[in-house]
Amino acid sequence: MSAPFAIPRWADLVLVPVLSVVTAFIVAALVVLAIGVDPWAATVSMVQGSLGSAEGIGFTLYYATDFIFTGLAVALAFQAGLFNIGAEGQAYMGGLGAALVCLHGTALPSWLLIPLGIVGAAVFGGVWAYVPGLLQAKRGSHIVITTIMFNWLATTLMAYLLVNTLREPTSMQPGSSRFVEGAALPTMRAMLGAVGISTAETPLNVAFLLALACAALVWVFVWRTRTGYEIRTVGRNPVAALYGGIAPSRIIVLTMALSGALAAGVAVNEIMGVQHRLLLEFTAGYGFVGIAVALMGRAHPVGVVLASILFGILYQGGAELAFDQPKITRDMIVVIQGLVVLFAGALEGLFRRPLALAFAGFGASRRDRPAKPATLPAPEPSE
Amino acid sequence: MTVRTGLQILFLGAGLAALSTGPSLAADLKPAIVYDIGGKFDKSFNEGVLHGAERFKQETGTDFRDFEITNDAQREQALRRFAKDGFSPILAVGFSQADAVEKVAGEFPNTKFTIIDSVVNKPNVQSVVFKEQEGSFVVGLLAAKASKTGKVGFVGGMDIPLIRRFACGYVQGVKYADPKAEVFQNMTGTTGDAWKDPVKGGELAKSQMDRGADVVYHAAGATGVGVLRAAADAGKLGIGVDSDQNGLFPGKVLTSMLKRVDNATFRTFKDAKDGAWKPGVETLGLKEEGVGFAEDQFNKALITPDMKSAASSAEADIIAGKIEVHDYMADSKCPM
Repeated sequence: MSAPFAIPRWADLVLVPVLSVVTAFIVAALVVLAIGVDPWAATVSMVQGSLGSAEGIGFTLYYATDFIFTGLAVALAFQAGLFNIGAEGQAYMGGLGAALVCLHGTALPSWLLIPLGIVGAAVFGGVWAYVPGLLQAKRGSHIVITTIMFNWLATTLMAYLLVNTLREPTSMQPGSSRFVEGAALPTMRAMLGAVGISTAETPLNVAFLLALACAALVWVFVWRTRTGYEIRTVGRNPVAALYGGIAPSRIIVLTMALSGALAAGVAVNEIMGVQHRLLLEFTAGYGFVGIAVALMGRAHPVGVVLASILFGILYQGGAELAFDQPKITRDMIVVIQGLVVLFAGALEGLFRRPLALAFAGFGASRRDRPAKPATLPAPEPSE
Repeated sequence: MTVRTGLQILFLGAGLAALSTGPSLAADLKPAIVYDIGGKFDKSFNEGVLHGAERFKQETGTDFRDFEITNDAQREQALRRFAKDGFSPILAVGFSQADAVEKVAGEFPNTKFTIIDSVVNKPNVQSVVFKEQEGSFVVGLLAAKASKTGKVGFVGGMDIPLIRRFACGYVQGVKYADPKAEVFQNMTGTTGDAWKDPVKGGELAKSQMDRGADVVYHAAGATGVGVLRAAADAGKLGIGVDSDQNGLFPGKVLTSMLKRVDNATFRTFKDAKDGAWKPGVETLGLKEEGVGFAEDQFNKALITPDMKSAASSAEADIIAGKIEVHDYMADSKCPM
């Protein structure tokens, strides 16, 4: 890599994020101290609340499931050089797809209804991203603008449908009626119970495994397939891609549709896994957190999964912290989460330069070797 | 403030009754509140609950715990956590908590749960609902009487059936007083943000006033502050909601439709303390003094004796069943 601040790959992938998170926590600790709460007690309560019990871990991984889906959605689009801000709306529309299948497929057996519901979510989420993708590819309408607009469209459309069409006549809540039992994803508790392990009641369900499978699939797809190679090529340099015989417009549309389908996984987790009915604003900002997750995870599936677990800890630990420390309100939790996003996402360059300098001094002798041989060697198959 | 004195007497009675029962019950009381997503400082609904709980704390010395949720999954989590830690009664604020209360109440049959604004049928759940249409009817009548142009406005928060119930009751009251009156209705939005957008609320009120409205009623949470401000700035009248908002712009707020969640909260905790807490549905309308309109020093000059007597007789007729205020949520229709 010939970037101005070259650092070893391991440092780029591990050291920079860890330093960012540690800094964020130090600053957060100062804020916590300022409102008169012992930061150590706060940290203990946060870590214990999120990782200290089966219930805590269940909730942490349940939140992480949402973040993996939206993080993957944003990360995949990143690989094609697209900034998909619309995961929130795509997840929201995915909920509609899942709900329509679950509400109308009541006669179907569970083993058919659940996969169909997942497909329904993926199709609706995918279509919601396909349109901005198409507009970008064919008309040059910037994806950032259109996906934000599509978030609003999704919000408005869903509110209309939930208030006027899907709402149960007797219910005050703008939400659909309850799905049949067969549409509910197996909970982790039930699954572990089947093999003789009893755990606490948490919202964690099989969607978590689906999310991990998606992460693996994204990795295989982007780094081990022909289309994945095309996506990365378009992301690096669309002109070169065109020159190389790749149609960027096709790749843009395809990537966006897949990205939207991934985002719709939130609907699978929330709607089919936990709530068992379509609810207003069930996405609760997870789509936007996905952007931070993708940034922090360096748009790589492994990074996304790790960053998702960190955000799961922040969400669940934050709730426990608000419980244990009445002085810390939910707004304080948002501040702490915001600091992590700020340092890990926006300011990750902060450590790159000092690190690069440190490594430059450290490994000067190794880097003194010429970067390129004077004469080109015989062509080798590229790695 | 007839409503308040009436209830105070009621509470005084309850308090005296409490003295005769043993103090052992009171010592163990650990009340808890789970607020809805709006949060406890929303200047209206959730904050009313907080006020009620604070009054309870002040009068009885019994502390309470509370929690503000940030997403749907936390409803169940918070209720379960409180129940597990031995809290009771646990007050769930808002209709969105119904499912969570139903589930957690089943898991903890010995814990008392109270839900406001929804009905949950469980042997250990008390459901408190309000007849907002009745209170809105009365302020609609007052609006029509106060209007010089024969045109009045309504600004709702989020477009949900509950708010249409406010709007429908209001329209019925306006038409009852003046069948020829015109009512302009706007909803601020369709998402949760519609509860906290005072700028848009103000714009909607202005556009209604541009079309001739001179009294504007809001049922829009924090958005409504913008509505009241716009009305006050234009020299017109606003009508507040949920808590007494007359004092926000003295002389410019005709009245407020009171929804006494504070009293409901206070009573729930108090009843639990006195061992008088009962499961089942409590519907609080005009008759139960759960809704009403606010009269205080700020709007004394605005409510003429004629208006007052008209409102009082309408209230009496509603309580007696002579006027039937249609409930939008019964059939999702408004007859007007």
